[in-house]
Amino acid sequence: MEKYMLIFFGGDPSHLSPEAQQAHMGKWFAWVEKLRNENRYVGGEALLPGGKTIKGQKKAVTDGPFTESKEVVAGYFVVNAKNIEEAVQIGKDCPDYELGGIVEVREVMKFDM
Amino acid sequence: MLEQQVNQLIGHLFRHEAGKMAAVLTRLLGFQSLDLAEDIVQDTLLKAMTTWKFKGIPENPSAWLYTVAKRKAIDTLRQQHLHAHHHSEISYALRSEWTLSPTVNSFFLDNEIEDSQLRMIFACCHPAIPYESQIALTLKTLCGLSILEIANSFLTNEETIVKRLYRAREKIREEKISLEAPIPATMPGRMDAVLHTLYLLFSEGYNSSHPDRLIRHELCEEAMRLCLLLINNPITKAPKAQALLALMCFQASREDARLGKDGGIKLLREQDRSIWSQPLIEKGKFYLEQSAEGDEFSEYHIEAAIAGCHARASTFEETNWETIETLYTALLRMKPSPIVELNRAIAVGYAHSPKDGLEALQKIKDLENHYLYHAAIGDFYSELGDTKNACLKYEMAVSLTSSNTEKKLLRSKLEALRRGSEK
Repeated sequence: MEKYMLIFFGGDPSHLSPEAQQAHMGKWFAWVEKLRNENRYVGGEALLPGGKTIKGQKKAVTDGPFTESKEVVAGYFVVNAKNIEEAVQIGKDCPDYELGGIVEVREVMKFDM
Repeated sequence: MLEQQVNQLIGHLFRHEAGKMAAVLTRLLGFQSLDLAEDIVQDTLLKAMTTWKFKGIPENPSAWLYTVAKRKAIDTLRQQHLHAHHHSEISYALRSEWTLSPTVNSFFLDNEIEDSQLRMIFACCHPAIPYESQIALTLKTLCGLSILEIANSFLTNEETIVKRLYRAREKIREEKISLEAPIPATMPGRMDAVLHTLYLLFSEGYNSSHPDRLIRHELCEEAMRLCLLLINNPITKAPKAQALLALMCFQASREDARLGKDGGIKLLREQDRSIWSQPLIEKGKFYLEQSAEGDEFSEYHIEAAIAGCHARASTFEETNWETIETLYTALLRMKPSPIVELNRAIAVGYAHSPKDGLEALQKIKDLENHYLYHAAIGDFYSELGDTKNACLKYEMAVSLTSSNTEKKLLRSKLEALRRGSEK
C-alpha cells in the first residue's frame, strides 16, 4: 500500500442554506466513514481561508493567498491505495464536485528505501 | 439516506442553531443590524462545516458554534464601536473593553439565548408587520430557512419572499421595533398576534396542498417548537399558548393517517385510527389540561377541545358529536364566521340527523363560492338517499376547488353514487 494525498480545492458552500450545508456535511461524513471502514483513511486537516505568503530572498510577507475561491486549498486527506488509479477512484467519491470543487491526487514520497 | 444519518445524529442542528445565534447576535448588534447578524451566523456555520467535515462533529457542537460566534461578535462590536450609533440598555457595557467580552459571553448562556429567541418572536410577529411578512421573517430568522426554502414551502418564487421580507424590514425601521425592551407578553394584543402567526404557520403546513410532505411537516414542527418555547418561559406561559399547542398536538397526531398511499386526503371517517400518534395525543391532552388552569378562555381552547374529542374517539361512530356541536356553538359566539357555522352544521348532522344537518347548512349565507360548503351539503343529500341533488352539489364543489387532491376525493364520491344509482 502506498500513501496518497488528496488535496481539495474550492468547493465553496457559502451560498447554501443551513439545512443544505448540514446535508452536504453529511455526505462528507459518509465518505470519511467509508474510507475508515476500508482502512484507507490515514488523516486529514481543513485549512481556513486567508493566511500569509512568504516569498523571495528578502522573505517578504504578504497577506493571502487571495486567489479565486476555486483555487484556494480547503484541506487535504492522506489515504492508503495500491496505485494512483485506485487513489483517483477514491478521489472521485469526494462530495465537493457539485459545488465546483477540484481534487488533486499526489503520491506521498517514501524515504525509508 | 446519508442526510438522514446526520439528521438522526444532530437533528436540524445547523438550522436551529442559526436561529438561536441570529436572535442573540441581533440583540447584541441591534435589530437594525439584522443583516450583519445573519452574516456572522453564515460565517460561523461555514467554519463549522469546513472543519467538521474533516474532523467529525465535536462533542458539544452547539458550544463549538457559540465560541466561534462570540469571537466574531466581539470583533464586530469593537469595529462598530468606532462609529457607535447603537443604543440599548447594554450598549454601555459593550463599549468598554473591560465589560465587552463578559457581556457577550453572558448572552450566550442557555437562559439568555431563550430570552433572545422570545424577544425575536415578539419582534417578528409585531402587529405593524403584515402577516405574510411576519411568517417569512419568522421562518428566516428564527427557523434558519433560506429564501429559496421559504419560497418552496409556500409554492411561490424567491422574488415574492424577498418582497415580503423587505416589507418586514421597512416596518422594523419605521416602527423602530427593537429587541431591547422586556418581552411584551403582558401587553394586550402582542401575545395574541404571536399566537395567531404561529397558528397560521401551523395551518400552512397542515392544510396546504404542497406536494412535498416533508416541507409541510417541517412547517408544523417549527410552529410547535416556537409554541413550546413560549410555554417553557414563565413570562410567556399563557393558557392560550398551551391551548394552541394542545390543538397542534392533536392535529399533528393524525398527520400520517390523513394521507392515502396515492397522496389523496383521507377524511376523518376513513382514517386508520390505529396509526394516529398516541404520544402526540397524550401531549395534546396534557397541554389542554394545563391550559384550563387560570381564567383565560380563548378560541384555541375550544378548537383544541374539539380536536381532542376526535382524538379520544376510537371509531368515527363513537365520536361525541353532541359535545362537538356545543363547542362549535361556543366558538361561533366567540369568533363568528361562516366556516365555523359550516363545521357546526356538520356536527349537528351527525349529532342528530342528516336532515337537521342539511337544514342547518342551508341557513348559512356567504359560502356559495366555497367548495367545502357544497361538498358538505352533497354528503347529507347522499346520506338521505337523494342521489340527484348529491351529485349536483359534488359537481359544484369540484368546479370550485383548485386542489387536485380535493377534486380527486369529490370525483370518487361522485363515481360511487353513480355506480350505486345504476344498480
